[in-house]
Amino acid sequence: MIAPASPPPTSARDTILARIREALRVPAPVPHVRSHSAEQAVTPKAGGLPALTVLPAEVAKPWLPDGGDTPAERLRIFMENLEKLRAVPRRVPNLQSAAEAIASLAKERDWRRVAGHAHPLVEPVLANLPCGVERVDGPAGFDKNALEACDAGITACDAAVAQTGAILVSSRTCGGRGLSILPHVHIVVLRADQVVATVGDALHAARERAAGRMPSMLSFITGPSRTGDIERILVLGAHGPKELFVFLVG
Amino acid sequence: MTQLLPHPETDYPVVMLAKTQFLKDAAAHVRDSGHRAFVRKALGGYYTNRDLQKARYRDWEHARDAASLAKWSAVNRLDELLPRFVANFEANGGQVHWARDAHEARTIILDLLRAAKAKAIIKSKCMTSEEIHLNAAMEKDGYGVVESDLGEFIQQLRGEPPYHFVFPCMHVRRDEISDLFGRHLGSAPTDSPEELTMIARRHMRRLYVDADVGITGANFLVAETGQISITENEGNARLTAALPRVHISISGIEKVVENLDDLSVLLPMLATAGAGQPMTCYNTLYSGPRQPGECDGPEEMHLVLLDNQRTAILADPEQRDSLHCIRCGACLNVCPIFKNVGGFTYGTTYQGPIGSVITPHLRGLADWNHLSGASSLCGACTDACPVRIDIHHHLLHNRRNAARTAPSRLERLGHRLFVVAARRPWLFAAGGAMFRRSLGLLKALRPPLLKDWLASRDLPAAPASSFRGQWAARSRTRHPD
Repeated sequence: MIAPASPPPTSARDTILARIREALRVPAPVPHVRSHSAEQAVTPKAGGLPALTVLPAEVAKPWLPDGGDTPAERLRIFMENLEKLRAVPRRVPNLQSAAEAIASLAKERDWRRVAGHAHPLVEPVLANLPCGVERVDGPAGFDKNALEACDAGITACDAAVAQTGAILVSSRTCGGRGLSILPHVHIVVLRADQVVATVGDALHAARERAAGRMPSMLSFITGPSRTGDIERILVLGAHGPKELFVFLVG
Repeated sequence: MTQLLPHPETDYPVVMLAKTQFLKDAAAHVRDSGHRAFVRKALGGYYTNRDLQKARYRDWEHARDAASLAKWSAVNRLDELLPRFVANFEANGGQVHWARDAHEARTIILDLLRAAKAKAIIKSKCMTSEEIHLNAAMEKDGYGVVESDLGEFIQQLRGEPPYHFVFPCMHVRRDEISDLFGRHLGSAPTDSPEELTMIARRHMRRLYVDADVGITGANFLVAETGQISITENEGNARLTAALPRVHISISGIEKVVENLDDLSVLLPMLATAGAGQPMTCYNTLYSGPRQPGECDGPEEMHLVLLDNQRTAILADPEQRDSLHCIRCGACLNVCPIFKNVGGFTYGTTYQGPIGSVITPHLRGLADWNHLSGASSLCGACTDACPVRIDIHHHLLHNRRNAARTAPSRLERLGHRLFVVAARRPWLFAAGGAMFRRSLGLLKALRPPLLKDWLASRDLPAAPASSFRGQWAARSRTRHPD
């Protein structure tokens, strides 16, 4: 008998995808769900196998924590959540007063160096500072050692989320990846109309802004860095900023 | 007949049977009331915060439906969504590597480290890397790696695996951490968690800046946009993915979700179920390496997609939903077994109820089926699961499958004898009477079969008559004819 030729070597990718297809030939039962609207989402596909249209965010929204229906409500919930997260929210009437408040903070804390990026909400603040300023924007890159030595980083944000008290920053519009995480203090300056209701709303807006190409990093920042790893006791400032100041303009 | 620890990929010396080790460690931990009290106290704050946050949901149960459906739909369309995710991720400039098993994953990562000429590696928390024993492999090849998550860092210094896959060092007291830091970092002793955290913070900052490779895990892979979602509280994963020149991420293939809508439901629920938070501190989406116009970020981003028996779970429609797991750890936090025997007793990468369900699939049913027996089937895990995995029924399924594939002769004999007796009421009554009389004798003699059981339990006093006898007597007094 002639030994059969050994099969051609298959790539790990092909093997795994073949295993997945083989595994899914037997359908799994559709999960038991309680809600009527969720049941409606379970619709049979043309092929006969039960398929599921994923619940649109609009269906799930009324079940998740409230993000507010009006701008005033969203602002109130957002500020409350920031307090609970131990961030420091400040409402200011205009950008000038934000710049003054941040300058006096720098003086009071004796900051030597502060980092920021090019943005209409950030530049006036940087210009008004009594200390050295490190700029991290632009494709040329910057020295991460210099950023590490900064006392504070000042950024704008893409959106703020009332539902969770989160700030959404991106690597494209908020000074890259390092600025909002490496300095010991993070200061965010935003307009009151940037506050959206839910995480889903913020992600939808980000997708629209991205126009087909998402920034390489999008990050929800929900309060100052924290850990509970030692005896489950909350400590602020594990590796990221110990303090998060949020200046709401307007 | 003896099968040794069967995980073929481990480089660790085989010490003893997984089940023998489990029984030994469980017995030791159960008697350690200090350990139990400490773990219970550590979890006390979690219960309060979780309930407070759950109350902020307008309907937690319906939100669980949404989360469960999102994961069901993704896992059952993995053949379609995984290639879609990969195509989108690659379009953004990321590189994907497929690994059939742990050995392949380790080889890929070591090759990447060689290509990057890695000198200093910083790593953020990643259970998949624990599953493939990555640190041991990297150290064997001469690469130094530092765990940056505080809990993982403490465990790395202690030379222990994580105790709990979300709270890695929840069993360690602060004075032990103070001693540990004193020995390894030369810090002064302190009993303040805050000061201990700052010691680790100061130690780690230079390491982030100097590292040339950063390794992270992944919580979700978003098919629609080709983004990787990473959930954390400390900011160490953000730093790990921001400063080094090369970013390597490791993920199981089951982490795919279809779109950002699904993610917007899963992110808050992961935080609430896992840690009692509205949202964890940093939830970050990475679509690839630094883009033109961005001022920092890695030049290369690699994603290692790991199968390692996940497709075996996928092939079992009954337990397929255990792939819905988002690793929040809620089932561990509520499990009476976990709270009594502790995390190390399991001897697995994934501890607690979900670990007991999936480990037999990952490492073999014959050697890990005992974990499914270590359950009171109270269902607390199933109630706590934010994506509604039917955990406690899967423990029963594992028991059934184990009985089918490798029936225990002793159990079979027992059942046969019971059938014989149950079919003959006179024999049943006679057997019962004999048992009642001999109960005191059993207690005194402690036969080998009962020795383990009697070691921590007391036999009750035998009633004077059988249930049937009592019932008959009762009926006579209540309804005298």
